[in-house]
Amino acid sequence: MATVASKLYSDDVSLLVLLLDTNPLFWSNTSTTFSQFLSHVLAFLNAVLGLNQLNRVVLIATGYCSCDYIYDSSLTLSGNSESGRTGMPALFGSLLEKLEDFIVKDEELIKEQEHDERIASSLLSGSLSMALCYIQRVFRSGHLHPQPRILCLQGSPDGPEQYVAVMNSIFSAQRLMVPIDSCYIGTQNSAFLQQASYITGGVHHAPKQLDGLFQFLTTIFATDLHTRSFVQLPKPVGVDFRASCFCHKKTIDMGYVCSVCLSIFCEHHKKCSTCGSVFGQSKLDGASTVSDKKRKAPDS
Amino acid sequence: MSDWQVKYKSSLKDRGTEGILKLREGILLFVPNDPTSDSKLKVLTPNIKSQKYTKEGSKKPAWLNLSNKQGDSHIFEFQNYQDMHACRALITKALAKCEEEQPKKPAAVLTSAEQLSIADLELRFKRLHKEFVETKVLTEDEFWATRKKLLGKDSIRKSKQQVGLKSMMVSGIKPSTDGRTNRVTFNLTSEIIFQIFAEKPAVRQAFINYVPTIFLRQMTEKDFWTKYFRAEYLYSTKNTAVAAAEAAEDEELAVFLKPDEILAQEARQKIRRVDPTLDMEADQGDDYTHLMDHGIQRDGTMDVVEPQNGQFRRSLLQDLNRHAAVVLEGRNIDVDSENTRSVAEALARVKQVSKADGETTKDANQERLARMSRLAEMEDLQAPQNFPLAPLSIKDPRDYFESQQGNVVNEPRGAGTLKRNVHEAYGSLKESILEIRTKGLRDPLIKPEVAFEVLFYPVVFRSLTQTISTAKNIIGKNPRESFLDRLPKSTRDEVLHVGKLKDAMSNSYSQLEAMKESVQSELRHQLSLLVRPMQQALDAAFQHYDADLQRRTAKSARGSAGEANGSV
Repeated sequence: MATVASKLYSDDVSLLVLLLDTNPLFWSNTSTTFSQFLSHVLAFLNAVLGLNQLNRVVLIATGYCSCDYIYDSSLTLSGNSESGRTGMPALFGSLLEKLEDFIVKDEELIKEQEHDERIASSLLSGSLSMALCYIQRVFRSGHLHPQPRILCLQGSPDGPEQYVAVMNSIFSAQRLMVPIDSCYIGTQNSAFLQQASYITGGVHHAPKQLDGLFQFLTTIFATDLHTRSFVQLPKPVGVDFRASCFCHKKTIDMGYVCSVCLSIFCEHHKKCSTCGSVFGQSKLDGASTVSDKKRKAPDS
Repeated sequence: MSDWQVKYKSSLKDRGTEGILKLREGILLFVPNDPTSDSKLKVLTPNIKSQKYTKEGSKKPAWLNLSNKQGDSHIFEFQNYQDMHACRALITKALAKCEEEQPKKPAAVLTSAEQLSIADLELRFKRLHKEFVETKVLTEDEFWATRKKLLGKDSIRKSKQQVGLKSMMVSGIKPSTDGRTNRVTFNLTSEIIFQIFAEKPAVRQAFINYVPTIFLRQMTEKDFWTKYFRAEYLYSTKNTAVAAAEAAEDEELAVFLKPDEILAQEARQKIRRVDPTLDMEADQGDDYTHLMDHGIQRDGTMDVVEPQNGQFRRSLLQDLNRHAAVVLEGRNIDVDSENTRSVAEALARVKQVSKADGETTKDANQERLARMSRLAEMEDLQAPQNFPLAPLSIKDPRDYFESQQGNVVNEPRGAGTLKRNVHEAYGSLKESILEIRTKGLRDPLIKPEVAFEVLFYPVVFRSLTQTISTAKNIIGKNPRESFLDRLPKSTRDEVLHVGKLKDAMSNSYSQLEAMKESVQSELRHQLSLLVRPMQQALDAAFQHYDADLQRRTAKSARGSAGEANGSV
């Protein structure tokens, strides 16, 4: 399917879709500033593009309540650059502009919507879906295309309300054979990212020093898929497989599972809300009715 | 009475001369009535080789045909069968006596010799040989011939392999038919008789009951077998009405036609021993032959039988099963199979023994009942089982995951403040972007120390600990080489920043000392205890470094003069 076709390119041509976390609530609370972070990322993008002439990079910004495509290296024309600015590579002029516009839009959106008590998570599910759509379009464009992968740069914690959507995206990526790498720069653990990398066969790493983020990015996440077969990349010790329940979107370790559609619930329900199948009586409750039944049988 | 009125015929076609046949001591004498006739016969009983006679049931008269050793045959026609049989019996007795007398001596000796050992046997044998041959009682040939026969019988019996039962079924015994008349002849060998007795215990029982042990048993035995095969024939015709009718007439035949009671009893015993918790329903479910459109209905269930004649039917399955069971049981008796009666009795004895073993005593019954109740437990009739419980300890998985994290994230603040903060946050974000647009990327992007730390932190740590641990034990010997050792010295020093490292270590050492000094006297001891391991490690490191340095300088001094590196 996809991998066979992309063999027509040389092995190490890659399409990198970078999901950038631009959640303001997160960036206002970290020691590293967003500008430092951004410089590391931009240098990294440059490096990836420098590895191979045919490499492509796509940047998608993950905001608080929206996501958008920011940059596509195959579309940008070289040339008109804001050459007045010093030190800035010409390629990224439009990128930064678009990023700024996106942040403004996101701000407006957050004003409009109601404030609910929600964990300050970014819209990971949205950006994952957008990345997968782009990749699917690339697959359908023809025979010649590079090998796609997704790199998720995330700092915000997981939003359990996005559990279902994120899992669906992960499984679609698995089907498409697109690995999801994840670099978590936040303080807490991200179960979603760990699971994503584990299921799709990508790399997960949480670097301790954000000053050297560029080094982490180039040594671990710049390797293309072909090279990964002979390069030893860091392996996680364990994967956090916690899920969130479908009814309240809380993170749970133990719950009830519908045997038809595998939806997870934190408390006992009469009916599955996803597939509509009616659950039988649980063995734990209703012991009195069971003994009633036993008493009835000899009489009849 | 040993005188009979007979007609003597020299051949079958002869009309026969009437006379009296007398049997005296060792001599058979025929005196014709007519004194003029010259067919007087005197036959020495030892000379009689064999005797033939006609069957009772045939229409022929009672003939007795004696043939002697010279090859002549004398036919005597008796007035009735009884006479003929009596005469025949007496002749047989006489013949037996004659035979006894003749090889009596060697046979007697030899039977006793069988009980002796082989060495004795040989000795006796030699003596016998000398005795008989020298005294010319027997000729050499006769001696050896007798001996050979006896030996042959012996060896066969001793080295006889236990031959199992034939797998051909009893109903497969086919008679030979005489094409012309309506008679069939069954050839019964002892094998077949054994098999019949093994498979049908009722027949065996009937034999023991009905065939009396009198001298004329041969006839009755033949009767027995005739009736048995008649019963078989009736079975094979599957004509239950005829079978019922004949059974009603002939009592003995009825025994053969009824279902085998002894077998039924055995089966009942076996059924009682079957485990009652056996799931018969599952077994029924396996029976696909009785489903629709499946299997051939040949087991007799489709045939319609009148209830009163039902007992006269026997199905192929029953026969097959019984035959298979007998063949698998094997031949467990070793008896002279010539004598039918003894075979029957031996089998009966074996069955008795096995029945006695299989009988369940009271205790065995109790034990079986206990076992059954244990297997077929009913939950609500059981006493509560109080097993010792182990306390359950489930650790919270969150503890593990949360221990991974460094700092705790800030809790989301209240709604009012959130909006303000959000705006602030967005403002700062926008500022950052502006900043980067103006200033461009950082230069340098990463400070070298940071880069170094990121790259080499795990490596440095490992090699340091390695060297310290080895130095503690063996000073002077070459420690295990890490890959850093393979690098050229200059790069290694640069990489490790050995100078700086050494300075830092000495600093920390002196700091530790200062700490010890500064603290109050009563606490100094405690502090020094705490600090000691660190100081020891540092001491070891310094010592190792110095030793290494000395070694290297010595090597470089020994090496080519032009390449002496400056030591750090």
